[in-house]
Amino acid sequence: MSPAQHEPDEDPGAPASSHAVSAPGAPSAARPKVPRRVAWRRLSTISRARLSRGTLLAALLTLVLGLALVAQVRSTQTADLENLRETDLIALLDDVTDRADRLEDEVRSLEQDRSRLESGGGDAAAAQAAQSRLESYQILAGTVPVSGPGVSVRVSDPEGEVTTTMMIDLVQELRDAGAEAIQIGPARVVATTWIGVDEGRLTVDGQPVAAPYSVVAIGDGHTLAGALAIPGGFNDSVRRVGGEVQVTEGEELVIDAVHEPPTLEHARPVPPSEGR
Amino acid sequence: MIPVLGLVVGVVLGLMLQPEVPGWLEPYLPIAVIAALDAVFGGVRASLEGIFNDRVFVISILSNVLVAGLIVFLGNQLGVGAQLSTGVVVVLGLRIFSNVAAIRRHLLGA
Repeated sequence: MSPAQHEPDEDPGAPASSHAVSAPGAPSAARPKVPRRVAWRRLSTISRARLSRGTLLAALLTLVLGLALVAQVRSTQTADLENLRETDLIALLDDVTDRADRLEDEVRSLEQDRSRLESGGGDAAAAQAAQSRLESYQILAGTVPVSGPGVSVRVSDPEGEVTTTMMIDLVQELRDAGAEAIQIGPARVVATTWIGVDEGRLTVDGQPVAAPYSVVAIGDGHTLAGALAIPGGFNDSVRRVGGEVQVTEGEELVIDAVHEPPTLEHARPVPPSEGR
Repeated sequence: MIPVLGLVVGVVLGLMLQPEVPGWLEPYLPIAVIAALDAVFGGVRASLEGIFNDRVFVISILSNVLVAGLIVFLGNQLGVGAQLSTGVVVVLGLRIFSNVAAIRRHLLGA
């Protein structure tokens, strides 16, 4: 695109668009030929002040131009964000927003941590519940000595007729009556306890038990005693084979035998999510 | 000469007063300054050719600034402000170059 075609008014100071300017360097016939000497003379002529309303107005405009020029240069040098283009500003804003989002996420997670730690301090009730659950598990597993009300059973078996079945029946009856801990001879009865016979003698968990058998059960003594005394129950079956059963209710019986929990090799808890 | 004096005085005043550019003028001022500079160079060239006219100079500088501002405004409204500003700067730069070339030819003969 040639300026000559589209911008006839190349010289704003010229009175009319009587000529056009071609590309720089190309001589143009339309341009008035000004000898160099004349041009310099005109330069000195316009150096002489000519006061008129027009020149004053022009001077005012150029004054404003100079002012604006300096102001713009200064604002370009000093301003940081003001002169950025819209796209740059948007990119900058995106950056800042991203960072703010990340920081907000961090704040949120840190606040969660803090509230969790704070509530952890006031969670004595949960700790207490865990403690009591631990105690009941310890009692059930037989890892701690226990004491409390219950019955003390003494089974004499002069003829050696008390069988494993009868002992198992005893344990079953006691459990059915709500016994919370049972000891037979030196052995604590727990979930894994088994009763067998070794060389004619009863064994509990492999430990030989000698007659007369001493059994202690912690629970409600009256209920436990009643459970053993039901017709056709444990007492009757022992007496039938010539033995003797002595049941004593006590308020403060002690079970001091403990069961060492075995190391489990095969059973593993099923994770709750898979168990459903 | 007086317009040139005005320009110099304006620059000096600007350096002394250090004016702040008002916010609403921010997008228009650079283009307006370049448009006015174009008019000034055109005026210098016209005076060298002996055809300088105050009225034409004043009108041309005002219309240049007005049109430049209008183009920037329109470009901003249309969402192509940056591109239009670039285009205006290129066109005005071309004009300034050709005017300076003419001035150079008149004064130096080359």
